[in-house]
Amino acid sequence: MSPSRRHQAGSRQTLVQALVAIAAAGASYAWAMGIGPPAVARQLAAPEAMLVRALLDIGESRFTSALERIDSLLLSNPNFRLAQLVKGDLLLARSRPINSIGNASGAPSDQVDGLRDEARARLARYQIETPREFAPRYLLQMPQKQKYALVLDSAKSTLFVFENSGGAARYVADYYVTVGKNGLEKLRQGDKRTPIGVYHVVSQLPREKLADFYGSGAFPINYPNEWDRVRGRDGYGIWLHGTPRDTYSRPPRASDGCIVLANADLDALARILQIGSTPVVIADVLDWARPGEVEALRTDLLTSIERWRHDWESRDTEIYLRHYAGKFSSNGMTLAQWSAQKRHVNASKAWIKVQLSDVSLLLYPGKEEIAVATFEQDYASSNLSNRMKKRQYWIKEGGRWRIVYEGAA
Amino acid sequence: MSRLQTVALGAALLVLALQCGLASADNYDEASRLFKQGNNAAALEKIEAAIAANPRDARARFLKGLILTEQNKPNDAIKVFTALTDDYPELPEPYNNLAVLYASQGQYDKARKSLEMAIRTHPSYAIAHENLGDVYAKMASEAYDKALQLDRGNAAAQTKLAMIKDLFYSSVVPGKGTPQTGVTEATTAAPPTPDPKDKKPPLTPPGPSKAETGAVLAAVNDWAKAWSAKDANAYLAHYAPAFQVPGGEPRATWEATRRDRITKPISIEVTVGSPKVSFDANGQAIVSFRQGYKSDTLNTSGAKTLVLTKNNDRWLIFQERMN
Repeated sequence: MSPSRRHQAGSRQTLVQALVAIAAAGASYAWAMGIGPPAVARQLAAPEAMLVRALLDIGESRFTSALERIDSLLLSNPNFRLAQLVKGDLLLARSRPINSIGNASGAPSDQVDGLRDEARARLARYQIETPREFAPRYLLQMPQKQKYALVLDSAKSTLFVFENSGGAARYVADYYVTVGKNGLEKLRQGDKRTPIGVYHVVSQLPREKLADFYGSGAFPINYPNEWDRVRGRDGYGIWLHGTPRDTYSRPPRASDGCIVLANADLDALARILQIGSTPVVIADVLDWARPGEVEALRTDLLTSIERWRHDWESRDTEIYLRHYAGKFSSNGMTLAQWSAQKRHVNASKAWIKVQLSDVSLLLYPGKEEIAVATFEQDYASSNLSNRMKKRQYWIKEGGRWRIVYEGAA
Repeated sequence: MSRLQTVALGAALLVLALQCGLASADNYDEASRLFKQGNNAAALEKIEAAIAANPRDARARFLKGLILTEQNKPNDAIKVFTALTDDYPELPEPYNNLAVLYASQGQYDKARKSLEMAIRTHPSYAIAHENLGDVYAKMASEAYDKALQLDRGNAAAQTKLAMIKDLFYSSVVPGKGTPQTGVTEATTAAPPTPDPKDKKPPLTPPGPSKAETGAVLAAVNDWAKAWSAKDANAYLAHYAPAFQVPGGEPRATWEATRRDRITKPISIEVTVGSPKVSFDANGQAIVSFRQGYKSDTLNTSGAKTLVLTKNNDRWLIFQERMN
């Protein structure tokens, strides 16, 4: 574990103990015991906060208080199924002893298991500390026009929202989310997984055009992205969306790959999302860093991009082509085809001028070193000029950053 | 049939020994006989006659509720039992039967509240406890259905009714009308016959009594006297400004209710039997005694505890509870 993640370690330790207790007590309410508040508490949404307090009450055998909280929660959110389940347990506990969560007889076990998972996830979320000094490593550079970035931590069933505060990512909120039934790392159509990677919100589907299943709205993201396509990944229709009328939330792993939020949370997101520019970084476990800790990496990448731009302007095509990786591709073109075309085109130019602006720089989650650069490119030359939004995927090859994909964003 | 007789023939009715005319007593006995035979229509006719002769006859009204229940008129039965709980909030049985009716209609929250009232008045009432457990289980089942989106449809509704029936059968000795469990507690809480000795003035406690003990007892006896005299002002003057109103309702509401209860009956006789006085560390006096209560419509007794506190040399009631 890197030092940068250390601030999360304390809460993780308690959670591990809690999970051990679950295993020992057969998924009993024992796991609510010993869970204390995090050092730097966050403000949970009211329904979630009430549910968590009720679960903590149960852990400390304050059943009357727990039931009062649950009843009051169900008054405002009668479709909160986990709360209904806990209510059932609390009532049943008055007539006979219970030793596990979800004592409904004859209930489908997968449904009960899903709600148990949600209870655990909600309690684990309660323990998350406000990330004040830390931000996910992935948010290397946010351009001024991009106001927010979303980062999904699948291990914590949490979608974090970061605000662009003078170029630095500052935590503003987080929401409980549901991901794919089979977890993360989507590869194929129908594998019921949520992709891992760097994505962007590409459009908005209003409630009126959607079935009730998607709740208060939907925001498709660009899966499969250019890098996914290069690697032959398929499938489509990965959205951020809401919940149907009959349920406040869904278990942590329940979707076909979409990222599902409570409608109130989706509505809050809808107010800040910028179609086409808000990034959505999806990770299994988040890698956190202090801003200073990624500065060297950021500089390294920005320098690589600047050299590429400069070498392009120089019209020294062989030097320019050194910025491209061996397995480079662009819309079906191999590096050899790309190189041939560039040599031909550049030879006809008397001069080239390239200006970049609004550079967004995001690091890919996972072990592989991949960065995604998105920017406005203003290209002018002796015989052709154009403006475009461009996206490049950079990988570490032979000790330096090289472009593995380039194309219009 | 017998599930509701359980309550009818149990401790409840025996508590309701009533002062009523011979004619209405005859009508009551006849109604009761017809009801046992399953002749509900004729039983209803007789019991209406009994009630017409004595509208405040709690025992007759209770039987009317049972007859209506057997006639499958739950809403009418609910009205009868509700009126009984209004007039005799100290009786657990109307609350219990109300709860059974509510539960049969799937109104578990109302059923729960009624049973909690029954238990509040008689904490050892076994049937109410069992019913409450069952209502909790049904409420739990409802919550589970909502949690898991189970659509049990008609099967669920039938199960609910059967559950309540089973519960009632299981709590009676077959062929007898007495509760199977907690019988001794239930019956001691409500002795079958009024004890005439309870009508006597309270005994002075044995042994040498301190002046303070005497003052406390005098206050309790005065309180009983004011109640018996239906002197609401004198009665309420025995309660401390800091009196802990039962159920946490506003003092004014409680006073209005007490005033109503004290002035309504034609006659009241409250007795204080075998009082025991002790003092706690805060100097409060705790008086436990057997309270006898006899009015033109009701004759009952039960263990009561008063906690008194001294205000300006007067012992005033700070807390009052039926044990």
